[in-house]
Amino acid sequence: MRFVDEFREPELITRTASEIRRLADAKRHYRFMEVCGGHTHSIYRFGLKDLLPSNIELVHGPGCPVCVLPMGRIDDGLSIAEQPGVIFAAFGDMMRVPGTRGTPLEYKARGMDVRIVYSPSDALKLARNNPERHVMFFAIGFETTAPSTALTLMRAKAERLRNFSVFCNHVTIIPAIRAILDSPDMRIDAFIGPGHVSTVIGCRPYGWIASNEGKPIVVSGFEPLDILQSIVMLLRQLNENQKKVENQYKRAVPWEGNRAALKAMAEVFELRPYFEWRGLGFISQSALRIRAAYAEFDAEHRFSVPGVRVTDPKAAQCGEVLKGVLKPAQCKLFGKECTPEHPIGALMVSSEGSCAAYYNYEHRKTQALTYLSQTPVSIGETSV
Amino acid sequence: MTSVANKIRFRDPQVEMAHGAGGKASRRLIDGLFAPILFGAPAPLGDAAHVNVNGTCVAMTTDSFVVRPLRFPGGSIGELAVNGTVNDLAVSGAKAQALVVSYVLEAGLPTEILEAEIRAMAAAAAAAGVAIVGGDTKVVEHGKADQMYITTAGIGHLILGMSISPAAVRCGDKILLSGPIGDHGITILLARGELDLVADLRSDTRSVLPFVQALAEAVGAGVHWMRDPTRGGVATSLNELANDCGLGIVLSEESIPVRDEVRGACELLGLDPLHIANEGQFLVVVAARQAEAALHAVRATPGGREAVIIGEIGEQPAGAVLVKTLYGGSRIVDMLVGDPLPRIC
Amino acid sequence: MCLAIPGKVVELLPEDRSLAVVDVLGVRRKVDLGLLQEDPPLAGDWVLIHVGFAMSKIGEADALAQLRMLTELGESDAAREEVQGYGLGEEEADEEAEAAESNAGP
Repeated sequence: MRFVDEFREPELITRTASEIRRLADAKRHYRFMEVCGGHTHSIYRFGLKDLLPSNIELVHGPGCPVCVLPMGRIDDGLSIAEQPGVIFAAFGDMMRVPGTRGTPLEYKARGMDVRIVYSPSDALKLARNNPERHVMFFAIGFETTAPSTALTLMRAKAERLRNFSVFCNHVTIIPAIRAILDSPDMRIDAFIGPGHVSTVIGCRPYGWIASNEGKPIVVSGFEPLDILQSIVMLLRQLNENQKKVENQYKRAVPWEGNRAALKAMAEVFELRPYFEWRGLGFISQSALRIRAAYAEFDAEHRFSVPGVRVTDPKAAQCGEVLKGVLKPAQCKLFGKECTPEHPIGALMVSSEGSCAAYYNYEHRKTQALTYLSQTPVSIGETSV
Repeated sequence: MTSVANKIRFRDPQVEMAHGAGGKASRRLIDGLFAPILFGAPAPLGDAAHVNVNGTCVAMTTDSFVVRPLRFPGGSIGELAVNGTVNDLAVSGAKAQALVVSYVLEAGLPTEILEAEIRAMAAAAAAAGVAIVGGDTKVVEHGKADQMYITTAGIGHLILGMSISPAAVRCGDKILLSGPIGDHGITILLARGELDLVADLRSDTRSVLPFVQALAEAVGAGVHWMRDPTRGGVATSLNELANDCGLGIVLSEESIPVRDEVRGACELLGLDPLHIANEGQFLVVVAARQAEAALHAVRATPGGREAVIIGEIGEQPAGAVLVKTLYGGSRIVDMLVGDPLPRIC
Repeated sequence: MCLAIPGKVVELLPEDRSLAVVDVLGVRRKVDLGLLQEDPPLAGDWVLIHVGFAMSKIGEADALAQLRMLTELGESDAAREEVQGYGLGEEEADEEAEAAESNAGP
């Protein structure tokens, strides 16, 4: 087994899609929110919306840690990059995200040492190999990524490294879901729950969504079959008027989560009293900062940062798109002032933000599909 | 049917890496700054220019090679330089006759490295059947030129019977791809050593002239358009075509060959093989009636065994590329702004 | 968020117990096993990799059960009941109990 191709098997996908059509009540309009940007990406990449009946609507949630990072925080991180001798290390996802004076790649073009890393441990390696420089790792991500940053900091401490720090922008998923559910114009019927965050936090933390809010939630994997099966499970719950947490992604997600990962996070991080989420505003107890015991590795402690709050232009309707009230194309700036090439708002800065994903994968598709349904295309039928 | 009628004025205050990546930013720079000043009337930009010299039509092209590391599994900068220029001429329907090469060398570059590249170029030129007839050398200070930059210019004669242009492309034309995609770009990414990934992969650098000659013989004027999908990958080349001819391109995802290792690296790094550079593959748009003959001709040529038809030209999505999955889903594939970046989200 | 890929552990490193070489379709990388120290994987196990760290072990039995269940979609209701919903085995009963418990909570 390869655990990937098997979950992209066309025959099974067709079967599951048929089951969805069988289960979906024609008299209802279903709105399912997939919380996680990775699910948004999968949905577009595999063209899964094409397989769903028209009365199932997928609403893209706020689970994109790049998208929800306020511009001011990017400015803060980049201000550290400008310090002499600093190597700014970050994931590729961050490289084209604009601060007020440019993106990390643009800073690199102006002569700052900006490096792409695949892992926080690669940033640590940079520090070991460059003792005369200071390596600052710009950490982003939900609970999926935070434990890896935590372990890396524990290793840095054990090695007594003096030239390594982390600018911590880790955020937590539950408060984001709560913000969606607390929103008065929210109309979500059920949730496709984040799969990889759940490998760390498990499925328990979602209990209140089912019991208090009365919304079914299915923790889902990322392959086409996973997402489609999760939709089947949500439809079954709704049809039977059930409201519970279910784990579709059993092969990877333990119900109790990963205790070692949670321990590492608790050792290194604590919750900030509040943190600003781009598009959602200030949310309490929703983000992590480095504990005092690890202060020497806290970039905010070692460097002074401007800490200036930068607000998005009022015309950008990111908040409403994030909560599922508006579709990306309904925002006045979409496709005009705001495109992936020059993003104005949160949801265009990352390729899995709702607006960027829609722009890259879906925009212009409707015409194509109408044409294709009338004029069947024969590809690959040339036999040699 | 040309499309570069809208002059995109280039407004970026400075040059960025993205402008050299072959994607949208590159296009804006060329369309918005170079083209209006150098070329006057807008026209789709091909891989080579066809110039009338005293009654004879001559094809000419130039290309610069900037790669780190200089040597990698499957080749080196020298081979890329020769094959890249031969290929640019080939996909414009021309056979390369002669190349001139210009080196910009970094002071401090060990002679043995330079010698290795000169030998690599000589070998590649011999293999490609082209003569290197002249050149130039400059040396710059230590710290510049990443050891060496190579620029080549090539000149050749047109292969009879081929008339390549986006204007020749018609609805119903088939799209042929010569072989697996992504080998070169992923090999280079891994060879840089920054991502700590190891795989048994080689650059696919080679001359595609033999395939083009086979096509000319088998199908001639049935070939409407060709391109070698280098930086920016298949997605960029086909988006440029869609943009230039105003028609739509529909691809079948399952027909696009990708080696396992390329797939694995792309999955790990969150990359799409369609955006990754190739140095030995080419795309052909051929009249539907002659697609089978074209495929046969390429497959019968050594190294062409893996050629496949991957898609078709249609009216929609006009100016864009659509990829269909095996089970009925689809997505638009656009060109990237700059180089593909690894992602973790 | 969270791009995580299944990979096969091909080599444990004796000089550093927290690292292993993991293979994804022929691409290999050293992956940190620090988050799985309570139940470390062995060579031949599959793990989910995210930013160079192994996040969990991938259960082949669970994967096969899921695929089997999906294969049976569209067959008779009786057959579906026999399959008992979304997974097989005692684990499923425990999880249903957990879910009911968490639903009943404050």
